[in-house]
Amino acid sequence: MEDTIAAVCTAYGEGGIGIVRMSGENAREIFSRIFSRFDSAEPRKLTYGEIVDPDSGEKIDEVLAVFMPAPHTYTTEDVVEIDCHGSIVSLRKILSLCLSQGARLAEKGEFTKRAFLGGRLDLSQAEAVIDIIKAKTDRGFGAAMNQLDGALSKEIRNIRKELLDILVEVSVSIDYPDEDIEQVTYEKLEAGLVLAKEKVETLLSSSSSGRIIREGLDVAIIGKPNVGKSSLMNALLKESRAIVTDIPGTTRDTIQESISIDGIPVRLTDTAGIRTTEDEIEKIGIERSKMSADNSDLVIFIVDTSLPLSDEDRDIMKALAGRKVIILANKQDLDTTVSLDEISGLMPEALVIPTSLSLGEGVRDMEEAITSLVLEGKVSQDSSLLVTNVRHESLLKSARDALADALAITEICEPPEIIEIDINRAYEFLGEIIGEEVNDDIINEVFRRFCLGK
Amino acid sequence: MNMEYKMGSYNVIVVGAGHAGCEAALAAARMGMRTLILAINLESVAMMPCNPAIGGTGKGHLVKEIDALGGEMGINIDKTFIQSRMLNTAKGPAVHSLRAQADKNKYHLEMKKTLERQEGLDLKQGEVTDIIIEDGIVRGVKMRTHGYYEADAVILATGTFLGGKIFIGSSAYESGPSGLAPSTILAENLKGHGLDMRRFKTGTPARALASSLDFSKMQIQEGDEKIVPFSFLNDELKADQVPCYLTYTNEETHRIIRENFSRSALFGGQIEGVGPRYCPSIEDKINRFADRKRHQLFVEPEGLDTEEMYIQGMSTSLPEDVQQQFYSSIEGLENLEISRPGYAIEYDCIDPQTLKASLEHRQIENLFCAGQFNGSSGYEEAAAQGLMAGINSVLKIRGDEPFVLGRDEAYIGVLIDDLVFKGTNEPYRIMTSRAEYRLLLRQDNADERLTEKSYRLGLATEERYNKYLEKIRIIEEEIKRLESTKVAPGDANELLESCGTAPISGKTALSELIKRPDLGYEVLAPIDSGRPELPPLLGDQVEVRIKYEGYIGKQLERVEKAKRLESKKLPSNICYGDIDGLRIEARQKLDALKPETLGQASRISGVSPADINVLLIYMESNRRKTE
Repeated sequence: MEDTIAAVCTAYGEGGIGIVRMSGENAREIFSRIFSRFDSAEPRKLTYGEIVDPDSGEKIDEVLAVFMPAPHTYTTEDVVEIDCHGSIVSLRKILSLCLSQGARLAEKGEFTKRAFLGGRLDLSQAEAVIDIIKAKTDRGFGAAMNQLDGALSKEIRNIRKELLDILVEVSVSIDYPDEDIEQVTYEKLEAGLVLAKEKVETLLSSSSSGRIIREGLDVAIIGKPNVGKSSLMNALLKESRAIVTDIPGTTRDTIQESISIDGIPVRLTDTAGIRTTEDEIEKIGIERSKMSADNSDLVIFIVDTSLPLSDEDRDIMKALAGRKVIILANKQDLDTTVSLDEISGLMPEALVIPTSLSLGEGVRDMEEAITSLVLEGKVSQDSSLLVTNVRHESLLKSARDALADALAITEICEPPEIIEIDINRAYEFLGEIIGEEVNDDIINEVFRRFCLGK
Repeated sequence: MNMEYKMGSYNVIVVGAGHAGCEAALAAARMGMRTLILAINLESVAMMPCNPAIGGTGKGHLVKEIDALGGEMGINIDKTFIQSRMLNTAKGPAVHSLRAQADKNKYHLEMKKTLERQEGLDLKQGEVTDIIIEDGIVRGVKMRTHGYYEADAVILATGTFLGGKIFIGSSAYESGPSGLAPSTILAENLKGHGLDMRRFKTGTPARALASSLDFSKMQIQEGDEKIVPFSFLNDELKADQVPCYLTYTNEETHRIIRENFSRSALFGGQIEGVGPRYCPSIEDKINRFADRKRHQLFVEPEGLDTEEMYIQGMSTSLPEDVQQQFYSSIEGLENLEISRPGYAIEYDCIDPQTLKASLEHRQIENLFCAGQFNGSSGYEEAAAQGLMAGINSVLKIRGDEPFVLGRDEAYIGVLIDDLVFKGTNEPYRIMTSRAEYRLLLRQDNADERLTEKSYRLGLATEERYNKYLEKIRIIEEEIKRLESTKVAPGDANELLESCGTAPISGKTALSELIKRPDLGYEVLAPIDSGRPELPPLLGDQVEVRIKYEGYIGKQLERVEKAKRLESKKLPSNICYGDIDGLRIEARQKLDALKPETLGQASRISGVSPADINVLLIYMESNRRKTE
């Protein structure tokens, strides 16, 4: 049997049920560690139980799960299927758990590939399998890379550079013991490793709040100037403990922020700077709002209820017809001139929430509304983004663990060629995130930096 | 008209009697082939035209592997060394590397004698000018004297002789190493046969007379007291060792060199060959690392019967007057008398990517290639390839499967896999950092990795094989004993505390104690009353196995994973251009390099994991279609 792969094999956020599947030599063993009722589960029978993180004891979801022993399975290997809630949060957590327990994220088409190689599919399907793999080649990595936040890849490159420096020094001291070069010390190794590990951990902690990758719900905030957009942004950002500040958007007037709402990664786009003093500009403002709405999964439209609704407000509402919209009836703390019913009447499909954003009131109601929209599958997400994020997170974790191993054996002064193995692993894991190929980095750097040789 | 005449016929003919050629010829003859080895000059058999040493990091590993496989290099250096050192002893056992200073002339004479006495092997002086090819199969070689030899297989190991050109200052002339005649006609003819040739460069420092040097101004570097032999056939070696000396360049040296950059062949633009980065000339070092205040150099004896000393670390192609000037500016070298000037040498070699993993040429059948001819550098790298080319030429003649070592089995495997599938843009040197599984490829266990294989090939002798079996038996028995022997706190704690490690609270196996960083096999002798007398070095090996069991296990797991691809054979008649789904770059690379396994394919740059998946599907489809 091959190594163990895992993936979500249903569409995200669509149906009420999602399935996480594992296949390979350790599928059964991983399952035994994360499923509460493994002992009473019979092969090939769906069993009700809980998925529990064995390290933290955290209960992740109630599920129906089944173990199917090889060879009479789709892939002809041991297979585990876990039916859980279709919510993105649940799927993501269960998949992450499988990965942290030793599975590897499946490549696109990998289950099918194994099924074919195992003799499950007939010959006529070979071409289809190749098509899936090819599709990955053509779009695959490049697309995944684009989803990577610039700040993240830059930080990973930095950490890799530091690890490379360590690796180079270790290599030189091993391969050139007779040269006139300072030998690498355990103190220096340890200092470098601690630093690198801390940096990876910082990235990891930010990844759980959804800051790292451009994954998540795209939410556009729309409204005239001074309706409370920046108050809303501030209220949301303050809560989410952002580590990266303003990421300039593609247009001068757009600000993007990534936050996390109840564990759901959300990317906010604020179409700022709309001025409505001239007709011409007003038109542009509406156009821009419309464009921004078109590119998002959900629109938050803010109206100022202390003023009568303007033509512009009505035009925007018309433009938003057919989209998922939450309307914030803001400035409830002032005298209101527009009623909630009046707003609902203009846009019956939208959810209207009264707020006083400058006081922070109603923000929580809005967050809950967003969460339930996602959990009920009423707004959808691009599934490839989630996969990317889970992949990056599991690679970051692997890198962190490798660095922790390296540190542990540095502390007891094991020889450098043994420590090097774990540092090298961490270096490779980080390289996988940014799509760097394995190459002769170390040897090239050795000769660039040191004067060596006979 | 030149009247051509037949000189004889052999199974295997080896062209060149350097370190690659000697191993190739001995292996072929020992495996029962009638073998001929030809050299332009028999005084150059196993010549060491550069540094007077065998081994070093990575290279020492290669020599141990050559020996474990039944090669000659280890035995020969054990007979002729004049100083021996184990490098890297401050680090772990995986990177301990053996290095010995050789008496160059004795090394040459001993190897020549071994060739002369080898049954089934003829050693002859003669210049090969062409290879005879019929229908894409090599049939023999043509000689300068218009004679020709017939052969079933030919091994090219021409070293720096092929198209050799020496540079000293503004002077450049055709020459082999150390003033010997070059092989120029063969160089032209090989190109004519369509071999993909390129030009590499290397260099060597001056030799100076010991009587002109002041060693009192240098640091002395002695050999080890306890000598570890290169050959697994030798248990203990005794020798009167001679020292090497260490001294440094200074700013005056650098000034002289810098002011004469314009007179160096290196910067004059005459040299077209690519030199190795890890073996820079002194002018290169000073040019590239301008802020270094000094560079170290070792002064090493070339042998016991000569005054000549080798100035390691100072290779140069500056004119002789400048060489005299800058060498004399160095402490201890003030009055030096140069016996041979340093020089750069350029030579022809083949693109190793045109070879199979067996070192056979992809297009010309039964033509094998080894050593510097394949773009490597170093005596040890050459010998390793020579041995493998020799073995594989025999297997080819017999119609057997080629003998290819994996990257997890030997540095030899890493070396050849790198050359053949990754290729190289500079003379290739082995380094321990090129190996993925450094902990497995130790110099102490080369016999465990390779001797069994060699014995099956009919190369390792009965004596070697039995010695290896006995060694394994002793080690395993001793490990078992250590695992089952428990010591009580009362007996052990005094010793443990004196070693700075925590006391034990209950009875503990000796093997558990050995695993502690502060302890080892030798240290525990006082509390291990039942310890048997082990042959030399075996205690160290017992310790390595116990101490690094966990790490070694981890590497073995990685090897197992990699094996899944390594074990999948790719048919040789596969037409990659026809496989839908492969990217164009992958098609081209695969067609050119024709890897034999999926593992090899996966290491070719330009072949992605997705391409490997496509190949997997393709192979499975094919298998079913032919069922």
